[in-house]
Order: sequence, then structure tokens, then C-alpha cells
Amino acid sequence: MSTSDYDPACLPDLLPLYYRRLFPFSQYYRWLSYGGVSKNYFQNREFSFTLKDDIYVRYQSFTTQNELEKEMQKMVPYKIDIGAVYSHRPSQHNAVKSGTFQALEKELVFDIDMTDYDDVRRCCSAADICSKCWTLMTIAIRILDRALREDFGFHHLLWVYSGRRGVHCWVCDDAARKLSVAARSAVAEYLSLVKGGEETVRKVVLSDPIHPFINHSLSVVERYFQQYAIVDQDILGSKESVDKVLAVLPEDIKKDLAVSFKDEKDPMKRWNLLCDLVLRKKSNSKKGGQYFDKEIMLQYCYPRLDVNVSKGVNHLLKSPFSVHPKTGRISVPIDLKELDTFDPFEVPTISLICEELEKPRAEEAEEDDMKDKENEQEAGERRRIRDYKRTSLAKYVKVFDRFLEAMARSRKGEMLKKSDLQKDF
Amino acid sequence: MQFPGRRKKVIGSSQNDLYDHCLQFYGQPPLENISLTEFETFAVERLKLLKSVENIGVSYVKNSEQYVKKLDAEFSSLNFPLRTELGDRRVQGGTSEYEKRRKDHISHFILRLAYCQTEDLRRWFIQQEMDLFRYRFGELTSKHKTDFLHKNNLKYETVSAEEKKSLKDKLITSSYGLSGITVEEYDFYKVPFQDALDLVRTRKVYLLAGNAYIPHHEIVTIVLNDFRTRLSKALAMTARSLPAVQSDERLQPLLSHLSHAYVGQDYSIQKNMGKISLEQIDALSGKSFPLCMRHLHKALRENHHLRHGGRMQYGLFLKGIGLTLDQALQFWRSEFVKGKVDADKFDKAYAYSVRHMFGKEGKRTDYTPYSCMKVILSNPPSQGDYHGCPFRHSDPELLKQKLQNYKVSPSGINQLLPMLAEILELVKGMHYQLACQKYFELTHNVEDAGFSLNHPNQYFTESQKLLGGGLEIKKEVDMSQRSQENPANMTRPSQANSKQAHEEMGDLDSFFQDE
Repeated sequence: MSTSDYDPACLPDLLPLYYRRLFPFSQYYRWLSYGGVSKNYFQNREFSFTLKDDIYVRYQSFTTQNELEKEMQKMVPYKIDIGAVYSHRPSQHNAVKSGTFQALEKELVFDIDMTDYDDVRRCCSAADICSKCWTLMTIAIRILDRALREDFGFHHLLWVYSGRRGVHCWVCDDAARKLSVAARSAVAEYLSLVKGGEETVRKVVLSDPIHPFINHSLSVVERYFQQYAIVDQDILGSKESVDKVLAVLPEDIKKDLAVSFKDEKDPMKRWNLLCDLVLRKKSNSKKGGQYFDKEIMLQYCYPRLDVNVSKGVNHLLKSPFSVHPKTGRISVPIDLKELDTFDPFEVPTISLICEELEKPRAEEAEEDDMKDKENEQEAGERRRIRDYKRTSLAKYVKVFDRFLEAMARSRKGEMLKKSDLQKDF
Repeated sequence: MQFPGRRKKVIGSSQNDLYDHCLQFYGQPPLENISLTEFETFAVERLKLLKSVENIGVSYVKNSEQYVKKLDAEFSSLNFPLRTELGDRRVQGGTSEYEKRRKDHISHFILRLAYCQTEDLRRWFIQQEMDLFRYRFGELTSKHKTDFLHKNNLKYETVSAEEKKSLKDKLITSSYGLSGITVEEYDFYKVPFQDALDLVRTRKVYLLAGNAYIPHHEIVTIVLNDFRTRLSKALAMTARSLPAVQSDERLQPLLSHLSHAYVGQDYSIQKNMGKISLEQIDALSGKSFPLCMRHLHKALRENHHLRHGGRMQYGLFLKGIGLTLDQALQFWRSEFVKGKVDADKFDKAYAYSVRHMFGKEGKRTDYTPYSCMKVILSNPPSQGDYHGCPFRHSDPELLKQKLQNYKVSPSGINQLLPMLAEILELVKGMHYQLACQKYFELTHNVEDAGFSLNHPNQYFTESQKLLGGGLEIKKEVDMSQRSQENPANMTRPSQANSKQAHEEMGDLDSFFQDE
């Protein structure tokens, strides 16, 4: 059983151990330094901590990796958020003349939260998730990842499980970090198709011509729709959910379908009836834009982003590798190569990995111990690396490592290009 | 710019390169000397142009045929550069293309000085300059558009024919109004998506690898964004260096008045002097007075009094429609006497100010009737005041009631309500003069006022014209009526002369005297 028994009450004991021996500080620091290309990039980064008893502190900043470690081990934050890179050290923001302390750069981020789909998922609601509705996250990741890479030309995307009911995307390209508020909001709106709150019944409206982005997204949705919506969510099974689906259709189609559904109870066949009817009506009508079947697919499956999270340069977002206090799960990077088999319930909890730490050590570990005795300084770091490698956290840190490698290679490529241009051999 | 006094310096032809395109981004300020006269003329003309841009933009759909036609007319009449090539072609007796471009350049920078000072002024200026730019860019030929882009470092590459072919379907479905043929024919530009945010946000463009594929005719949006950004930054910088400019005494009055300037007829030369009789005023107020004056007249009749602001605004208006000094004195006295003021007190306290209005006292400046701009922007009314512009200063509910009561035309209620709604919409959008224009249309039962309202006396003149030259007919009646009044005091003051002489800044000053 990989979840182990997580009890929030144990956090005060588990967290110190986590920050001392498991949290991947050196990779974390490597990430946020971005190769040291910009001066003080790490030093001017804002972190915020939520401490025990919900005490929230902002404008935390650190000068070195060592300082970061020491402070985290001292303060033992329950939650860690990452903010923007500012013009000055956030911890000294009060000393700066008012108006000059400004957020300069930050990764472009997206937050997909399962609760935003409550009106279209029947298996769970609110903070709950299950393997059935998790498909929505898979669809979201595929659609957004493709768009951000192919349409917007971004390369360095880090997808992270939030620890409970959603996923985050960190777009770390240089160009992404430099985007203005207006640009971020434009990107988020480009990616938004589902519009409207409780009052809106028909949340997706398509008209001719259909933009290539929508077509790409539709082909992803189509791959999963039958299994996810018709079978797992059974949206055309019960009367209640059928009514909900039909509610977005125009009167004439609705009436026809209500009649046909009396005789046809099989949800798959019902869906085909619906699609056929829509197609027939479309060819009869002069006006364009009869894509009701596609609209239904999108309304039930297309990613729902919170534009406000993506807009702000100074917006704080949960840090990768932080712990979710309610579930105990670590916010781990997601390997897109294994996306279809990703299971949020297999993500290690802090109690599991702390338990795994205590297990008897292998021979290999004893050899390393001897090396340590020779060089005390690096011992701590090496020990920590060995430590997480012994736990279920290992494979997720590997994903993170690969992500960092790719960025490093790309930075090197950029520098070579630049020096070539300057004829700097 | 240097201002060595009223000397005019001739510019050498080496400046030709500076103006090698009829459109520009106004990146470089002019570096020559010009005379104060030219300074002022250029500024006022550009201001007229921008105001036309604003008015035409509210009355017609931007970039529609009528919009373009109307703007074209304004351009020619004001001598601003439009499309022609810079060459030796010089219209006989007209302004050369080069001179037009020079005026365009210099006048833009002068107005920056006047319009950089507050957020509102900046916003207005940027909006009109953008609309102006969009219109002018749209009128360029394809080749000139590309020229412009290159000259201004908007180094956007065009998409190669092969790439267009391979992306044909995607391009067709992502931009509005494109077909297979147009994709082949038109140029497409590859623009980094950060420079095309409006198109990205609404998903009206094809995106690939971070580039937006923009069809030629949409490139103006991109260019406009760039223009707005540059202008905004420039204005902020100008504001910072403004104190240095304002300390120049020659410029300070002009600059501070430009942002409020009225640039039309001043109604100081009364063509119809002496043609109005006092008995006609009540009737005229219902038929031909703009709402503000009608309101003031009504308040005067009801309260037998008006405070200073109201006396000035109404009194000067009456002078503008043709009342003589003696008529004015009689008018005010007879009304005030019905109230709490006796004839003696009137002669002591109020007559002086009436004579002052006519240039008979003190500085002997013959004051000109207030323009709409002045009424709207200066001296807002407070409790107990009846002056100002009702469209600007009245509470919308009260305004609505007033309008419903004042409707003169015999047409039914069906016409009234939708027009009222239109008027209130204009008021909401702060287009007070346009709202008053609509009021004109409502009360005269016409579809189009046929003029651009800028001055209360203009309203009166246009109304009288429309109602069939009533003044002409009344002439005989007037004469006979007048003989019953005070023949002894009937003189023809010689004010009718000389505003033509005052075309310099002194005139502008007098527009805004707050006496």
C-alpha cells in the first residue's frame, strides 16, 4: 500500500525529517537560478510560507542554497509558495523607496483544479477525485502542453501534481518569464474555451471557421470522450444527466432526441444518434455553426483554467515538492511520457517516504558511508541524495532532473549561438 | 525647438529626407526654428483635425465609407498630408506635400506639450492620434505600408510562398475573411505573438512556434499597438520636462489654453444685431435656444434673478444672438425689478456688469459668448446656479424629465422615447455636445442636425436657419416694435468691427476671461 497511513497530526514530526533529508534542495536551487545568467535571480525571488497554525509569511527571500535550507529547516513550513523575481530582495522590500519595489519576472503558470468541473462530473465533487475523473486532467495536460509548445513555441514546461485535486504547469522559458501581464492574460484567453458560470447553460459556442487550435484540442478530446464521458461518467445514462446534456441543444434537436431516447437506452448508441442528428440539421441549415456535438464534448472535457492565476506576474503558486497538508502527498513533477498511467493515488505521501527512510540499508549504502567519513563536508549532501533515492520520491526527482538538464542544454545552445554571432571563439 | 521671437527661418531642402514618407511615428522631435505665429497656427489646426477625428468617429462607424469620406474632406481643408508622393508636384498656389508633412510633424509635437499634463488629456490625445494614424495607414498603398514598416524597424518577415502553401488550410480557418485565393495573393507577416496580443487573445490569428501569421490588412493592429506604446511613453517623458517649457512666457498661455480651446466661429461679430426684440425672447427660447440657455431663461423668468455665472453665460449669449446693450439693460432690469431688486439697486450694481459684458467698462474688452467647451469645462454650477451644460451638469434623471417637458415638435411620444435613450447614451459617453445636437434634432424634428455643435450661438443660428429665416421676416415687425421702446438710446455701437484684427493670442486669452 503506497499511500501509507497519513495523519495530518504527524506533520510536525514528519516535516523536519523531510526538509532535512529528502527535499531536493540542490535541484531546486539549480532550477530557480536558471544557470546564473541573470544576476541575483535567486536572491530576488519571493517565497511565501504557511507555518503551523496557519501563520502566513510573505516576502521570504534567500541569498544562497544553504540559507534556503537552513531557514526551511528552522521554520518548517507546512506550505511553500513561489512568487516573482523582484527588483530588490523581497526580504528587504520595506527598506526600498515606495514604488520602486516591483515584480519583474516569473514563470508563466497554469492551475487546473478539478472543482471547476463540478458541473460536468458525476463521480465526485469538491475536493474529491477518483480514477474516473482524473482523465480530465490527462486531457487538460495533453491539450495545453501541445498548445504551449506548438502554438506558442515554449519548450520548458514542468507539469506538477498539486497534491490533491489538480495539476499545475510551470512554463520556464526565458521568454515566458519575461511576459507582461497583458501577454499572460492573452495566452490564457487564447487557451480558454469554456466560458460562463452557474447561470450559463451552454458554455461553449463554436462558429465557422473553426480555428486550428480548437481542432487540435477536439482531436485530443475525441480520443478520450467515449470511454470517459459515455462509459465512465455515463452522461447519457440517467434521466438527470441526459437532461443536462440536452439542455445545451436547440429546441428542435432536443425534442427529436427526447423521443428517440425513449426507445434507445444504450448510452453509446444514444450518443451516435445525437451526432447524426446534429450532422443532418447542419446540412439542412444555411447558417454555419452547428457544432453542437463538438460543443458538448468540449463542455464536458476541455480544460478549465483560472485566468487570474496565469495573469499576475506576482501571483504566488504552490511550489513543486511541497507537501499537501490535507493529503500528505508531495507535489511531484509528472512525466508526460507516462501520462496515461499516472495515478494520483500512487503519488507518495510524506509519511510513506519517511517510513521508507527508516528501512534497513543496502550494501551499496554502507560503501558510501565509508566515503563520507573521509569528506564530511559533502557527506551531508551526498547522504541526502542517497536518502531520497531510497524512497518512492526518487523517480519524481529524476523527472525533475531531466527537465533541468534540458534547460541547461538549451542555455548552452543559446550561448554558443550568441558567441558565434559575436565571432567570439 | 528654439524660439527666437517672431522671425521666421526658412528650412533648407536637406530636410527632405526627414519627410520621405507621408506617415510617421513621430519618433524624432523637430529641430528647426519656427515663429510663434506658425507655432500657434499649426497647433490650432491640428487640434481642429483631432476634434474632427473625434466627432466623426462618434457619428460614423470607424473606417466605414462615410467615415473615410468625411475625414478626407477635413484633411484637404486643413492641409494635412494624406497619400501623395513627396515630389516636385506642387498644386498651384497650394501647400506643397513637403510643407504639409512638416506641419504634421511639428503640430504633433506641439500638441504633445499641451496634452501630456493629466491622465485624461493624455488618454484623449492618444485616442485621437491613434484613430488618425489608423485612418492614414489604411489609406496607404500596399507598397507604402511595407515601406513604412521597414523604415520604422518593424522588421517583420513575410511568410514564404511555400510555407503559405503548406499552411494554407490553417491560415484560412484562423483569420477572418480569407479564402484560398487571398492566402496565396496576400502577404502574410510573421510577428512574435507578444506583438499581436489583441489577435491572440481573441484567437483571430494562426499561431505557430510563438509567431502569429498576420495577413497584410491586419498588420495595422500590430502597428497601432506599437504606436500607442511609443506615444504613451513619450507623453510621460514630455510631462516630466514640461516645467522647463512652461517657464517660457510666450508659450505658457497658449499651451494651457490649447487643451481647452474652442476653434470655431466666435460669434462676436453680430450679423443680426438689433434684429431681435425683447418680446421674441420667450418664444425663441423654446424654439431656437440650446437647452442650457433655455434653462437659464426659464430660471430667470421664474426667480427674477440669476447669479453671476448665469448672467455671464446667458448675457453673452444674448449679445451673440443680436441684443444691443440697451436692449440687454432693459431686459435684465425689467426682470430683476420683478424680484427683490429695485431699479436703483439694479442701476448701481448690475447695470455695470451688463455694460462690462459689452465692452463699455473697465478694460473695455468686448467679451465673446461662451463656447460649448467653455461652458462644459469651466466653472461648474453649484446649488442655486443655473449655468453650465445640462447634459454635463444635470443629474441624468432630472435631465430626462426636463427633456420630456421641453419637447416642442408635434410628433408623438413614439419618436421621443428612443431619441431620449440615444441622448442619455451620449451623455453617459461624455459626448455632451453630441447629446445637445440630438436635442436639436429632436426639437426641430429633423434626422440630421447638419452641423457639428460647438457653440450655443451656433445652435441658435442653425435653428433660425432651419425654421425659415424667421429673422428676415421679423425685421419689419422689429422696426415697428422698437420704435415703441427707447428710441433715444438706440445707437449702433461700433463693436461690429475688429475681431479680424485680433487673431493672435490676445484673442484666445479673452475667450477664457472669467469675468
